[in-house]
Amino acid sequence: MTDAVTVTPGAENAATVRADEAAGLNPVAAVVMTLADVAVAFDGRTAVRDVTFDVHAGEVTSLIGPSGSGKTTLLRALNRMHDTVRTAAVTGTVRLGDLDVYAPSTDPTLLRSRVGMVFQRPNPFPTMSIYENAVAGLKFNGIRKKALLDEAAESALVAAALWDSVKDRMSAHASTLSGGEQQRLCIARALAVEPEVLLMDEPTSALDPIATKRIEELVVELKDRVTIIIVTHNMQQAMRVSDRCAFLLMGEDKAGELIEYGPTAQLFSEPTDPRTLDYVNGRFG
Amino acid sequence: MRRPGRFRLPDSGYRAVLAVAAAVLAALAVWFLIAIVVQAKPAFSTLGFSWIFGRVWDPSHGKYGLLPFILGTLEVTAVAVVLAVPIGLGTALALAYLVPRRIRSSLSTTVELLAAVPSVVYGLWGLVVLAPVFRDTVEPFLTSVLGWTGLFDGPSQGVGLLLAGVILFVMILPTMVAISRDVLAVVPNEQVEGAMALGATRWQVLYKVVVPGARTGLLGAFTLATGRALGETVAVALVIGNSPYIAHSIKSPAATIPSLIVNNFGESTGTELAVLFAAGLVLLVIGIAVNSVARWLVWSTAGSSAGATSR
Repeated sequence: MTDAVTVTPGAENAATVRADEAAGLNPVAAVVMTLADVAVAFDGRTAVRDVTFDVHAGEVTSLIGPSGSGKTTLLRALNRMHDTVRTAAVTGTVRLGDLDVYAPSTDPTLLRSRVGMVFQRPNPFPTMSIYENAVAGLKFNGIRKKALLDEAAESALVAAALWDSVKDRMSAHASTLSGGEQQRLCIARALAVEPEVLLMDEPTSALDPIATKRIEELVVELKDRVTIIIVTHNMQQAMRVSDRCAFLLMGEDKAGELIEYGPTAQLFSEPTDPRTLDYVNGRFG
Repeated sequence: MRRPGRFRLPDSGYRAVLAVAAAVLAALAVWFLIAIVVQAKPAFSTLGFSWIFGRVWDPSHGKYGLLPFILGTLEVTAVAVVLAVPIGLGTALALAYLVPRRIRSSLSTTVELLAAVPSVVYGLWGLVVLAPVFRDTVEPFLTSVLGWTGLFDGPSQGVGLLLAGVILFVMILPTMVAISRDVLAVVPNEQVEGAMALGATRWQVLYKVVVPGARTGLLGAFTLATGRALGETVAVALVIGNSPYIAHSIKSPAATIPSLIVNNFGESTGTELAVLFAAGLVLLVIGIAVNSVARWLVWSTAGSSAGATSR
């Protein structure tokens, strides 16, 4: 698991550089993940298509759009979660650094240890303790040394802002935690594997406003540690947490497509596509 | 707000109906227990309790040692369960998670059909078809490979503990598979995906998340399968050899409590009849004990609160 991050000359054209600078973003930030013409189809029916954008290191990228626009479908294509669905077909190119995510030689389990995921509903393993949950990913990846596991568990739980409240009850069941704590445990569980990218699929949709706020703060704090791609249908959330934003919309053929991608501030203040303008102004969706 | 022309049973009515249904079952269980205890009582009042652990069964000389049959019952059940747990669990996992959908249902049906075969048919199949094969092939082979364990001492005879255990295994397998498959399939998909997203292999997902998540239900499968193995009568009586001695090896002929009862009930009177009822009580106690131990094992290995989410 080498850090295969390609530093592209970043800005493809001068306009992008100006936009990035205007948005306070580093225009030459390393690109961690590249999506080129990505499409996902189930049983021959396209669910999302025409998605091309770069994911920059150390940033939060949000995927926004109304229901049915393919946000979650797209997200799940990035760590090959569609592999279990026999009828699913992903086309186009997804690259993680130098790794072609869909190359036949790519091991999906190794990929998923580099691209972690947090789900809509907190899903800690109910049969495991808090500690076992925190180190579950490391154990899946073959790490057995107690000292290593202990250290990783603490580091991940600290990063997920959960350490102080659970350090004295690490052997308690994960189900004894509140919903917000469970979600932070799931974030810790994902962080413990030290992924390069963390995918978050509407991570606050099952949480109350206070727990939501804490997760949002956490997302911003975690930027230095891991690149985050977050799906949200809450535009305020996208504005609060993300640096760049991709707007998807369902086309006439019921397939979602990428309408606009750019720095979040710009996408919300002066979008180039009228459909984005309508959406961010709350005119539909 | 009553709609005209539509009868609605009031809640109190439902409660009464359900209470009666539950009471009938409870009453039957109590009645059943009392009847057995009453019939068995002479055995305890004339013989005490020590006969339960006696080694010699010789009713004509007043010896009613039950130990050979208790051991026979446990040994046959052990053989069946040792085979059925891994194979049943493996089959259930395959049916729930690995086998392509289009052959899944036909495989499931095949397994369930096995449960519909009458036990006497299994017994005859074992006696007529399997016994010669065991005598001439399976037992000599196992003896040559595993003879050093001492488990396979003595002549290969076909009928005996091993054959009875194998027949029982075939009989309890459908129970294991059908229940296990259902409880494994309802482990929430978000648990499966949660493990996958951490880089777990397919095997790890099943072994570390799905099986533990379903363990309360798997315990139910184990309990029912074991219960059936402990109580199975006809098939075992046909293939176990019905020898009232403690078996020296897994190939020896032996007897179980059910086979003892079914083979002797017709011509028993007086104390012997009471002893057979008492033996039935002992079997009941064994069944409860085995299930309690299994339950305790599951609870002690992984806490009690977690089971709630799995079923």
